[in-house]
Amino acid sequence: MVAIKQISIFMENKPGRMARVAKTLSDADVNIRALTIAEAGDFGVIRMVVDDTEKGYRVLRDGGFTVSETDVLAVEIKDTPGGLYEIVDTLGENNINMDYAYAFVTAKAERAMLILRVDDTKRAAQVLNEAGVRMATRVEIQNI
Amino acid sequence: MFKYWNPNIERMPIEDLHKLQEDRLRSVVRFVYAHSSFYRQRFEEVGVVPEDINELSDITKLPFTSKIDLRNTYPTGMFCLPSDWVVRYHVSSGTTGKPTVVGYTQGDIDMWTDSLARALTSIGLGRGDVIQVGYGYGLFTGGLGLHYGAEKIGATVLPIGAGNTERQIELMQDLGSTAIACTPSYFLYINEVAQKMGISIRDDTKLKAGIFGAEPWSDETRRRIEEATGIKAYDIFGTSEMSGPLCTECHLQDGIHIWADLFLIEVVDPKTGEQVEDGERGELVVTTLDKWAFPLIRYRIGDLTILNNEPCECGRTHPRIMRILGRTDDMIVVRGINVFPSQVESVLMRIPEVGDNYQIIVDRKGPLDVMTVKVEVTESTFSDKISDLMTLSKMVGKELKNVLNITAEVELVEPGTIPRSMGKAQRVIDNRKV
Repeated sequence: MVAIKQISIFMENKPGRMARVAKTLSDADVNIRALTIAEAGDFGVIRMVVDDTEKGYRVLRDGGFTVSETDVLAVEIKDTPGGLYEIVDTLGENNINMDYAYAFVTAKAERAMLILRVDDTKRAAQVLNEAGVRMATRVEIQNI
Repeated sequence: MFKYWNPNIERMPIEDLHKLQEDRLRSVVRFVYAHSSFYRQRFEEVGVVPEDINELSDITKLPFTSKIDLRNTYPTGMFCLPSDWVVRYHVSSGTTGKPTVVGYTQGDIDMWTDSLARALTSIGLGRGDVIQVGYGYGLFTGGLGLHYGAEKIGATVLPIGAGNTERQIELMQDLGSTAIACTPSYFLYINEVAQKMGISIRDDTKLKAGIFGAEPWSDETRRRIEEATGIKAYDIFGTSEMSGPLCTECHLQDGIHIWADLFLIEVVDPKTGEQVEDGERGELVVTTLDKWAFPLIRYRIGDLTILNNEPCECGRTHPRIMRILGRTDDMIVVRGINVFPSQVESVLMRIPEVGDNYQIIVDRKGPLDVMTVKVEVTESTFSDKISDLMTLSKMVGKELKNVLNITAEVELVEPGTIPRSMGKAQRVIDNRKV
């Protein structure tokens, strides 16, 4: 299974809350690979992919945050026009729904990555694989 | 086999009990009239003399008294014996006004202790039990009251008082506490801290009963406590004017037995002062029948409840009051509608996705009152989907609206951000300038 774990954190929309999250991870020496914030008025959900998910999850939980883990795919996007299209078209053709996605560029700026949450992770991984799309494994995310 | 502390009294036939109440009522009325200028003046104002009081139903001829009288006669103007009879004072904190002072003769303390001995026995406690008293000691009646009652039945008392939560849990384990007495909100906090320490109250302690009171709480909270910790949660009732914590439910958990040989209770319409029918909600009014330094005549407690005169299946014939629904002075009026924090609590505690703590905030925006209910999102139900959280918030709002008939804004907050209390929880913050 190529799915990787994403950490989600429930957060009130108030000054300093994000800083608490960042400090907790920084103190534990956990590195954030990609991050997005979805907000809904008074509250929001921070979603992130980190280098050491177990540790990140543990320190946040011990720090009193409401945390959950979710399976997502880390999909490589070709840095050419149509790179994104190829991916979403494959999913659409196979009737797989995307809940949300966020992108990041790797440290060496060689590859763009799309973090993808879909309704059927296993089948999405399979069809993307068949279409020749590369997905990063947990180990790769750790070592980027 | 049910256990009784004083079976002759607790199971006394109702007619005998009424006869006893009548005798005692006549004595106490004569006593206060003879000993207190406050009561003499009050009786004169309504044109009643002790000789007018013969039957129980004559009680309605007597004037009401209330906390206002207690404040106006501060510190001891309503006492009926000179101070050298008094062996102890307790003083209320005065969160809603000036502090109030209550006093006891040795006999009054014994009456209080006996009342609790009956109550604690009725929930199955006795010799061999270790009762952890987590109510505050000192001027507050909770700690010392429970302490004496627990010693009386031969149980072992752990007089730890309120606070110092990790120590509470350590000693609970080390000394094998089988019961704890504290506020229900504090017990929920103890459970929260225990979980953080990796200790399960259900599996890692001997706790089997909780005696919870000093703040209104709902049946839904009872269910939550019982399901989360595996203990039986019992409601305890009593106010400092009546002595302190005095009476509990029996093991059947179906209303609080108020000892009729010690207290004559009425439930009245808060507006008209007329007695309501059994089963109707009203304000509790208490006349003490065996309390002498500071007796009460038709004292309006301010707690709202329902009277049940049916004998209980446990064999006790004394009347029961149903769970306290709130206090007349706890009630908040939002957009002209009466709201009791306990109503909000019973709605919230039915919803598993919200945590054990909540807070009600009332603001005035322009001409309109706005009520916001803050609830904590629990870890076990948090999904990463925004839509789930929106649904939760909407659902809580809808349930509140169904029960309260007003729209409340629901704010989802992070766990641990609503202040925890060691004693009475402050559930309402009213920011309106009156």
